[in-house]
Amino acid sequence: MHDTPDIADRRDAVCVIGAGASGLAAIKNLREHGFAVDCYERETSVGGAWNWRHDRSPVYAATHLISSRPLAEFPDFPMPDSWPDYPHHSQLLSYLERYAKHFGLADAIWFGTEVVSCVPVGDGRWDVTTQSTGGGSSRVQRYAAVVAANGHNWAPAKPEIPGADTPGALRGTVIHSAQYKDPAQLRNRKVLVIGGGNTGCDLAVEAAQQATTVWHSTRRGYWYAPKYVLGRPADQVNERLRQWRLPLRLRQWLYRRTLALTTGDLTRFGMPAPDHRPYESHPVVNSQLPYYLGHGRIKPVPDVTRYADGKVELADGRRIDPDLVITATGYLPRFEFLDPDLLDSDPDGRPDLHLHAFARKHPTLAVVGLLQPDSGLLPLAHWQSVAVARWLRLRREDPVRAAAVQQKESARPVRSWARRHVPGRRHWFEVDHVDYLKAVDGLLHEMEPAK
Amino acid sequence: MSDRLLRFDDWTSPVPPVEREVVSRLVEGEGDQPPLLFVCGPRHGAWAFAERWLGHAAQRGFPAYALTPRDRGDLRAHVHDVVQVAASLPKQAVLIGHGEGATVVARALGRYPARAAVLAAPAPSRWASFKTNPVGTLPALFAGKWRFNRRQLFSTALPADEADAYLERMSFAPRLTNPKSRATPVGNPPLLVVGSPDDRIVPRKSLDETAARYGGAPLLFPGMGHDLMLDAGWAEPIDAVLDWLTKELSATR
Ligand SMILES: Cc1cc2nc3c(=O)[nH]c(=O)nc-3n(C[C@H](O)[C@H](O)[C@H](O)COP(=O)(O)OP(=O)(O)OC[C@H]3O[C@@H](n4cnc5c(N)ncnc54)[C@H](O)[C@@H]3O)c2cc1C
Ligand SMILES: NC(=O)c1ccc[n+]([C@@H]2O[C@H](COP(=O)([O-])OP(=O)(O)OC[C@H]3O[C@@H](n4cnc5c(N)ncnc54)[C@H](OP(=O)(O)O)[C@@H]3O)[C@@H](O)[C@H]2O)c1
Repeated sequence: MHDTPDIADRRDAVCVIGAGASGLAAIKNLREHGFAVDCYERETSVGGAWNWRHDRSPVYAATHLISSRPLAEFPDFPMPDSWPDYPHHSQLLSYLERYAKHFGLADAIWFGTEVVSCVPVGDGRWDVTTQSTGGGSSRVQRYAAVVAANGHNWAPAKPEIPGADTPGALRGTVIHSAQYKDPAQLRNRKVLVIGGGNTGCDLAVEAAQQATTVWHSTRRGYWYAPKYVLGRPADQVNERLRQWRLPLRLRQWLYRRTLALTTGDLTRFGMPAPDHRPYESHPVVNSQLPYYLGHGRIKPVPDVTRYADGKVELADGRRIDPDLVITATGYLPRFEFLDPDLLDSDPDGRPDLHLHAFARKHPTLAVVGLLQPDSGLLPLAHWQSVAVARWLRLRREDPVRAAAVQQKESARPVRSWARRHVPGRRHWFEVDHVDYLKAVDGLLHEMEPAK
Repeated sequence: MSDRLLRFDDWTSPVPPVEREVVSRLVEGEGDQPPLLFVCGPRHGAWAFAERWLGHAAQRGFPAYALTPRDRGDLRAHVHDVVQVAASLPKQAVLIGHGEGATVVARALGRYPARAAVLAAPAPSRWASFKTNPVGTLPALFAGKWRFNRRQLFSTALPADEADAYLERMSFAPRLTNPKSRATPVGNPPLLVVGSPDDRIVPRKSLDETAARYGGAPLLFPGMGHDLMLDAGWAEPIDAVLDWLTKELSATR
């Protein structure tokens, strides 16, 4: 392969894409393992999704964590123990800013710079093309490895509702939850929220406090977990069951019992019954939803079938007339800077990666943070980046052993760390955090220096 | 399965927060040097470092902090407090533990990627063996609660009234259990063990063992007692530590 003169060779340096929580963890851990790192971030500051100043940030004013502090923090940089059990999004941002400052990461990050393509050039190396955000001249640099930490909550998944494109079919306005920031948007209006994920439920609750009328449309039933049970953050109680290694069936039974004895059966308010067992869908954590259902402030409605005559038509044939429709229908992972083949992506754009992190055919390409865990993401992103750093180091220092590790890992049952889940578009990268961390630990052990 | 990744203790029952006393001597402006966090055992307090070492380190350009161990904490709680304070500092910190504080620091190193670490007169790691074999071990150790006398902590070079004044300020907390298993430091920090061959609490052999476990040899200050930070000649060990640190910091990154 000929070197083109205008390609700057960064030799052993690793390129990290994105300076959100995952990218920051990747920079820190790669450096700790002796790598030089160049990180590109299209925004002008760190924090990714948690930085509400970013136009694309999906957080809204009232976002609080759904996992409690010990399950949400980086394992080697705890959040202040004086913080609440469930910190506010602004605290998470300040936490990430402090992490970056503490470990001196800023000098590795090129802000306002977007990665537009990564192309393998043979021998495991990559040509990375970057561009100033919003246009400008591009630049190509050659790296020893690429770690994508680009996040998966940026590209709104919008529902295709018949009538949406017909002028006059709907009187009110439609926005995706990504465009919702401030409760003032809801004040004194009739609001329909579509979607029963964490965003949809948070927004229904916020609307209950602000709007005149709130309809909440869900197309299936879910298990809505409270934030506290038995006097403790619910996830901490759940971890106790995991620590005791209670079998899934027993945990499911306990979950049902606990809900039955506290919030009770939500079908009495008109919510659909769950079509799956507890733990089989991405957890929805919201204590206030049942409260506002019980106060009649949130009116549950079924799926939306179409917009017609200025109104919203529901699956049961009813018609409602909202001023504002918010589609809280989630986000799609996007890797525009990588050819889908590099990640073995399926036609729907879902990558097939070892441990959702390692590209199967490209040992110097990894993704960090592409997980939907039943816990906070940061602990998992940390250990993923440690594993990626160890892997790249092993490959550099002991290629023979690296090959052996790769051989052995490829024999690991592919889905040992995935959770059983209800079928659907969004659950393919759902993981059980305990099983997942066990699998990563297994990999770390294999890569430990030979004694 | 290691508890390195699966932290059920922290996930199910986090250490309850407390108000922590942190004493500091800072440096004007934003210097280049990493902050130092001094950690003592439960019998001393931050005052023991504030007396001499903190100011001295600050004069040499290192922002210096010392933490007073919480009342009635166990090892886990003390480790938690050290990691909490370290993470609250503006930059990656150097952890310096003395006596039982070194036990705490050694554990904390498994939790927090320190910039570097120093174990000063680290408490012996095998209390258990002392319990079963008290003959020939330290008279102070098997009573459960230990009480120091002047000669165990200080050399004769320190005037008796000064020594007694220090003893007055100490409390008589029960000693910490020192687990046999060692936490592997995360982030592979450079680590130094310092001590005195004339320490009446930490035998020379134990210093050698501790240093060997981290692949080194102890740096020794003959003639000094256990309390290196208060004893006469306190400047020598802290200067040696800062010299070592300066060398290590310029060697990496
Ligand atoms: C409303 C909401 C609430 C949430 N609550 C929780 C919670 O309670 N607990 C939890 O653990 N997680 C929660 N999450 C998940 C959250 O996404 C993660 O905690 C975390 O932000 C993921 O970090 P990341 O670095 O992987 O991705 P992001 O935070 O999305 O960061 C990715 C970064 O990459 C940059 N980038 C992307 N593409 C490029 C490119 N081509 N070139 C240069 N830069 C690029 C982006 O600008 C961004 O800064 C929540 C998400 C949402 C939407
Ligand atoms: N407070 C917090 O910490 C917090 C808050 C918000 C979000 N988050 C996190 O952010 C991520 C994204 O959450 P999210 O709630 O925005 O998205 P999400 O988890 O993907 O949920 C999307 C919801 O919309 C429904 N939906 C999708 N397409 C639809 C369609 N075409 N018609 C009708 N309904 C449709 C889904 O139903 P199906 O079940 O049928 O797919 C689901 O109920 C998650 O990881 C979440 O945990 C956290």
